[in-house]
Amino acid sequence: MSNDVATRKEVKIAKAGRKARRRNHNFSGGDRATIATFVGVPTLIHIFMVWIPAICTVLLSFTFWDGIGGLKNIKWVGFTNYRQIIQLDADFGPAIRNNLYWLAVFALIATPLGILLAYYIDKNLKGTKFYQTSFYMPLVISLAVTGIIWDYIFNSDGLINSLLGNNTNDSAIDFWGDPNKNIWVVLFIASWRHIGYIMLLYLAGMKSVDPSLREAAAIDGATEWSTFRKVVVPSLRPVNVIIIVVTIIESLRAFDLVYIINRGTNGLQLLGVLVYDNILGSSMRIGWGAAYATLLFILCIGPIIVYLYQNFSRED
Amino acid sequence: MVTGKTSKVGLRVTIGLLIVFSIVWVFPIIFTILESFRPYGDVLKYGAASWPQHLTFSNYINALVQSHMWSFFLNSVEVAVPAVFLTLFLASMIAFVLSRYESRWNVALLMVFTAGNLLPPQLLFIPLFRLYLKIPVPHFLNENGVLYDTQLGLVLVHVAVQLGFATFVLTNFLRTIPKEISESALVDGANVWQHYWKIIFPLLRPALASLGVLMTTWIYNDFFWSVVLLKSGAKRPITAALSNLQGLYNTDYNLLAAGAVLAFLPTLFVFFSMRKHFVAGLTLGSTKG
Repeated sequence: MSNDVATRKEVKIAKAGRKARRRNHNFSGGDRATIATFVGVPTLIHIFMVWIPAICTVLLSFTFWDGIGGLKNIKWVGFTNYRQIIQLDADFGPAIRNNLYWLAVFALIATPLGILLAYYIDKNLKGTKFYQTSFYMPLVISLAVTGIIWDYIFNSDGLINSLLGNNTNDSAIDFWGDPNKNIWVVLFIASWRHIGYIMLLYLAGMKSVDPSLREAAAIDGATEWSTFRKVVVPSLRPVNVIIIVVTIIESLRAFDLVYIINRGTNGLQLLGVLVYDNILGSSMRIGWGAAYATLLFILCIGPIIVYLYQNFSRED
Repeated sequence: MVTGKTSKVGLRVTIGLLIVFSIVWVFPIIFTILESFRPYGDVLKYGAASWPQHLTFSNYINALVQSHMWSFFLNSVEVAVPAVFLTLFLASMIAFVLSRYESRWNVALLMVFTAGNLLPPQLLFIPLFRLYLKIPVPHFLNENGVLYDTQLGLVLVHVAVQLGFATFVLTNFLRTIPKEISESALVDGANVWQHYWKIIFPLLRPALASLGVLMTTWIYNDFFWSVVLLKSGAKRPITAALSNLQGLYNTDYNLLAAGAVLAFLPTLFVFFSMRKHFVAGLTLGSTKG
């Protein structure tokens, strides 16, 4: 592939450059200080405010701490928090279930639909600019505002109930209050946003496909659809990996949408919300919150490793 | 153009599908804009599905003046602008070193940033929240004297988290630029700072622009961190402040609609005027072949 040729060239240039530099360049004290600052400041900020808190959260999940006394009051309790959230927390089951629903809807419906729309947009039909713009718009609107926007459609005085003539009586469909309905409505809204994101990523990937591959398939008499399935999709391995990673991580991180609707209660529990609830909610259980956060972390490790492998496996 | 076989029926179905989908995508946004121009009383009387009887700007005037949406918007700007500039500046420095000076630590370091970008924010916030309650700041920043409930704290978190993505993207971007470009500068005896500032930084501009547009929308749209790290309603950025308009029992939905429109108008404007940058920013990190 053309990319590989480019990379090889780069490697050659890089190697030549490295030799030249090694010969010509001895770092002065000032240069050393500059490099140390350039690397050190961002690295320290990132490690101190991202990685160390992440590790601390994992450690906190094995402790009991009321948060009132200083750090001295932290007691090591092993897996007690995990046992307690599984056995005692009524929200644990619904949260796991909802996160799984979220993942399933994204992976089985939203992501494939995004890829399908990318395929149609790529055909450059009449009006394609308009369609594309429509699908991208939700991406620039915050999830909190997205929740408010859809509220006008779904709430009990909203458009759907109004169209059904349910405004004045008690027969209004309770989209938010019914725990058997609300998660699906939320997933519909979340998909509204996710589909455009996947489409954008896929379209960008499809631009990098060598046109001669498609032409060859067309000459062989393949239909556009089968060319897409058998030639385009398999050649987009990096994009496919990214889309899988994005799909999983986005469904685990979910927070904003359910928080703005009903603070993630009554059928809308999510792991990401329970972390928040146990720290800033009505009752503070730091160990439980940390255990929920650690569960999220464990679920994210797989996709993170896949993503790293995808991006760094070709380097020495 | 690629020529494949598509039947006429297939084409019609395709276009029909795209039109239906586009309508579902645009409709709620248009509907919210329409609602924002209707008086609440009208909707109460005739229902949400009714044809608008009166149109009014009063929801916007109320949202801007009585509900202080204008100052919440300024709060967002005060957080997003410094955070984006600081992130881009720091990320460009480390990306420059990682892509121009070989070291066996480079790949490991870049992996730390890349993985850090993918961690869920919920994993970071408990210790940061506790820490922010302990870190003292001067009283002009916060009358309680701690970092918690300050916009500075919010800026710092955004910088730390966004550094992961920005470093990853900028390093990959610089790696596609041949190192020969640097050689002449090095032969001339430029020091590391001059190499960065005179040679590399100008080359980075297009990537910085795209990344800047993208990160501004991300930080502007952030909800989680402002809910978690700010307590005072008055300090909230606009996305988080909208919930101030949500009453517990009776919400003036049309006022809320005006607030929502005010909150998404700037990002939609940025999107329409800088769409190329926005799309480029989102794909910079993902299409490295």
